[in-house]
Amino acid sequence: MSFPWAEHYAPKHPFMRWMDEKLPLPRLVYNAVGAGYPVPRNLNYFWNFGVLAGAALGIQILTGIILAMHYAANAGVAFDSVEHIMRDVNSGWLLRYAHANGASFFFIVVYLHIFRGLFYGSYKAPREMVWLLGVVIFLLMMATAFMGYVLPWGQMSFWGAQVITGFFSAIPVVGEPIRVWLLGGFAPDNAALNRFFSLHYLLPFVIAAVIVLHIWALHIPGSNNPTGVEVKGPQDTVPFHPYYTAKDGFGLGVFLLCFSLLLFFAPNALGHPDNYIPANPLSTPAHIVPEWYFWPFYAILRAFTVNFLWVPAKLWGVVAMFAAIALLFFLPWIDRSPVRSANYRPMYKWFFWVLVADVILLGFIGKSPAEEPYVRIGQFAAAYYFAHFLIILPIISRIERPLALPNSITESVLHGEAEEAAPLGQQA
Amino acid sequence: MATLEHTDEPNPAEVGESGVRRRDFINIAAVSFAGAGAVAVVFPLVNQMNPSADVLALASIEVDVSKIAEGQAIKTSWRKQPVFIRNLTAKEIAEANAVDPASLRDPATLAERTKEGKQNWLITLGVCTHLGCVPLGAGEGEPRGDFGGYFCPCHGSHYDTAARIRKGPAPLNLHVPDYKFASDTVVQIG
Amino acid sequence: MLRFFGPFIAPIVGLGFVLALTVAFFMPREAAQVTAQHEFHREPMELHLASDGPFGRFDRQQLQRGFQVYKEVCSACHSLSLVAFHDLEQIGFTKAEVKAIANQWATEQPSINPDTGEPATRKNLASDKFPSPYANETAARAANNNALPPDLSLITKSREGHAAYVHSLLIGYQDQPAELLKKFPDAKTPPSLHYNPYFANLNIAMPPPLAADGQVTYADGTNATRDQMAQDVAAFLTWTAEPKLENRHRAGIAVVLFLLVTTILAYLAYRNIWADKKH
Repeated sequence: MSFPWAEHYAPKHPFMRWMDEKLPLPRLVYNAVGAGYPVPRNLNYFWNFGVLAGAALGIQILTGIILAMHYAANAGVAFDSVEHIMRDVNSGWLLRYAHANGASFFFIVVYLHIFRGLFYGSYKAPREMVWLLGVVIFLLMMATAFMGYVLPWGQMSFWGAQVITGFFSAIPVVGEPIRVWLLGGFAPDNAALNRFFSLHYLLPFVIAAVIVLHIWALHIPGSNNPTGVEVKGPQDTVPFHPYYTAKDGFGLGVFLLCFSLLLFFAPNALGHPDNYIPANPLSTPAHIVPEWYFWPFYAILRAFTVNFLWVPAKLWGVVAMFAAIALLFFLPWIDRSPVRSANYRPMYKWFFWVLVADVILLGFIGKSPAEEPYVRIGQFAAAYYFAHFLIILPIISRIERPLALPNSITESVLHGEAEEAAPLGQQA
Repeated sequence: MATLEHTDEPNPAEVGESGVRRRDFINIAAVSFAGAGAVAVVFPLVNQMNPSADVLALASIEVDVSKIAEGQAIKTSWRKQPVFIRNLTAKEIAEANAVDPASLRDPATLAERTKEGKQNWLITLGVCTHLGCVPLGAGEGEPRGDFGGYFCPCHGSHYDTAARIRKGPAPLNLHVPDYKFASDTVVQIG
Repeated sequence: MLRFFGPFIAPIVGLGFVLALTVAFFMPREAAQVTAQHEFHREPMELHLASDGPFGRFDRQQLQRGFQVYKEVCSACHSLSLVAFHDLEQIGFTKAEVKAIANQWATEQPSINPDTGEPATRKNLASDKFPSPYANETAARAANNNALPPDLSLITKSREGHAAYVHSLLIGYQDQPAELLKKFPDAKTPPSLHYNPYFANLNIAMPPPLAADGQVTYADGTNATRDQMAQDVAAFLTWTAEPKLENRHRAGIAVVLFLLVTTILAYLAYRNIWADKKH
């Protein structure tokens, strides 16, 4: 365990003692998310999103397993089997809408979780491994979400599969054979649909396994906190249970409320109407747009319109899109500032918010048609995205002068509450 | 720092007896509500396995029996299960009525297993009551067993001309589904 | 290696991407072509249905009228393949009425001749889905000047604008504006198509289906104006696309109320537990 003052698991009931000897699973849970895990006492609501992401994965796995009982992964009947779920299966509409919107909510909470990490420097030593595993989870999520979107076999499913597998054909020489191998044909069809279904069922369990590693790696240094100052002693922490279980319980309630509002009252708001048209290999929809959570990356893909340095535009786009995520793997070594929290980094804080605005702008461009002025705006926004991570961060981590850090978490907590604290101080 | 640590401890003034109780009550209420919610969520997750609306819509079928000659039988499908519809001959009816129901394993008379005035129409599920095989005897030339009705080849159950179990391991007569004659020649099953 | 990554390698890679994008940014653009559909396409008119909003319920009387319009007008060309006759019980028809509707439906259900095995048709049963008016896509195109009448089951969910689009499209037929022809002389509607500003490319193959007021005679005495018929069939097709809408709204209100109470309790419990901790 990370901190010597962590509470020790001491089962009282004879059965729990017997269990602890034979299979110390309760002990593991106690130390992972129970009273045995000391957590900084000053975490704000942005620290709820890790648990919420776990809850979202739980919803997806549960509803997904059930949908698979009714879904048929065959190009001839896949579309109708989804409508069979919507119309005939008991509560089928609820399960399918929960799964479709659950994917969106999974991405919403994960994006907030990622940006929290960026703001508070959670990717920095000693938590690099936590961050790296997080990026792996993000990549797996994207693959899972993409393959899941193909399964209803509507127009957007089909053309999404066509476009995304088309990325691989940008690779020189071996690209086209790889694309054909991925699809098991020359265009998306039964073979592709079946393997996407198989992998879509498998990957969530891989994600769950990497989440276990993610949490394991987190427990070695312990959680970061809004000051970015490391825990100094017992007064800086509270046990995870009941303090953060209670806070996460409240967070989960708010999450489920937002989720329910969308699920029950606007279940198709985040979807695309064209996916209610059965897949038609002979007719492409007017605007092919991915799901909203891919818009920023789609904008980066489309921003590269010119062959440059002997590299064709298409390859630039594909490489840049993957690089936009892959660069996150190097972030702990790109940003060398010793200060974690942006609250004490006046320059970084400013650029952080510009990045947030830039990613939102990229999202808007990814959704818009490929016309002016959107293309130029997208090129500017994509350039800024790369500049932020690869040029601006290395520079500001050298020239920035951080603000004075608090001596400890406890000091920062009580700072500004000196008046309230005074009577107690006098008592002591 | 010692002075600061004191803030971790409850202020004694706040911990009245009623205060503690009120707090416990809210925590218990919150957990109970969450538990009740989780239980409620189980319902759709379990209910989805029940037959869906399109399956239930097929729960009732209509069969035209005008083409079944006396002594013949047909096999049709109801709820994805075989149904035997048999037009009994006068001899078969007589054979069935000659048996003392009290002597049977699953006592029933032919009249109880058919509709009044339509005693020649024997309509049963084609599912052996032993372990669910489909008995022979509905198709032309198939063995009808020792009692001239149906014979299940899986474990050797013999049914008589009223489809009652007479010999072999099956515990019950072939099941008679709910049906009615919608007209003289149309049977509505289910 | 990693030691050099931040200060040196990353900025070089970053510059590569930024340069490629800068070059692309300054490339001259061809002037965008302004098309007739850009300027003359219209968003659907507003349409209010009883099923709108979180408390929305279907107006069954209207759905039945809409079904009548589908049956007497649309069904000649458009299939409704995801809906079964017995589903009509949900919009207020009795079992016997549904049976009669299925039995008298103009298009029969494809089947086989029980004696010869030749393809044949039989009368519809309540458990059947609505039969398609055409045997297959080729037959549908052949009968419609090579245009394919889309299936209507999901039409209100598969078009931008939803029910309002269906309503506007049905009554939006008009003569091509003279202004359009003056500006885009090449954009004249071909003789086999029909001008409709609510259709994405302005020229639709479907001839105006609701030609005159009183085209159907409603049993409930509602005056069958073109607008009324278009509204009714749009409402009916909202139901065919989302038959569980009422269940969804009802369940949603219960779930949201329950979660509100639970979340408030969870907040109070959270405040309780943290009451003695400054954070």
